[in-house]
Amino acid sequence: MKLFEIVTDEIQPEKYREAVVHPGAGAVTVFTGHVREWTKGVRTLYLEYDAYVSMAEKKMAEISEEVQHKWPETKIAIAHRIGKLKISDIAVVIAVSSPHRKHAYEANEYAIERIKEIVPIWKKEIWENGQEWKGDQRKKPLLEVE
Amino acid sequence: MITLYYFAGLRDKAGVDVEQVQLTGLKVRELLEYVSNKYEGFKGSLIHIAVNEEYALLDDIVKDGDVVAFIPPVSGG
Repeated sequence: MKLFEIVTDEIQPEKYREAVVHPGAGAVTVFTGHVREWTKGVRTLYLEYDAYVSMAEKKMAEISEEVQHKWPETKIAIAHRIGKLKISDIAVVIAVSSPHRKHAYEANEYAIERIKEIVPIWKKEIWENGQEWKGDQRKKPLLEVE
Repeated sequence: MITLYYFAGLRDKAGVDVEQVQLTGLKVRELLEYVSNKYEGFKGSLIHIAVNEEYALLDDIVKDGDVVAFIPPVSGG
């Protein structure tokens, strides 16, 4: 396995935990993001994820560099699944180890926020009566075509 | 020759996921105008552009052999 990867099969979180464990690690946080059935009153039947795979893996490696710059003794592994995912499937896993727990928690949250900002992965929600590609609505992207 | 990739909603609008075009020496801004005129629905869209897998600026120049990706707002996680 790679430490930063886009996968098409079911994510096994334990693999990523094991990948960051080492003798100096006193704490590991493992975050898994799952497919949610209800979003703002609308029922999702399933999701389809797409990615620019090569760039996505590169951007996840960059996030690791950012994390190690901010929390020098951490080690991180990230995987994101693409393709068709059903309710409760794991879409993303982030495992972070550090000597002490505080940094493992902080770095893990930082990593998921950065994934949502810079990693070229897209989610399509499929409902009973339609479907839509979702975009990050938290901030305005780089440019708008006029 | 440059390679253009389209993703997610932009791929749906373009109707293709990849194509090669004989355009070089253009600024990213000009390339964006080119595809916006070529395909319905690009105007008014929020788009990032990556050149060779790095986010590019509007004034960056696209060279022969470059791989350009049109990236709508991401929604991973």
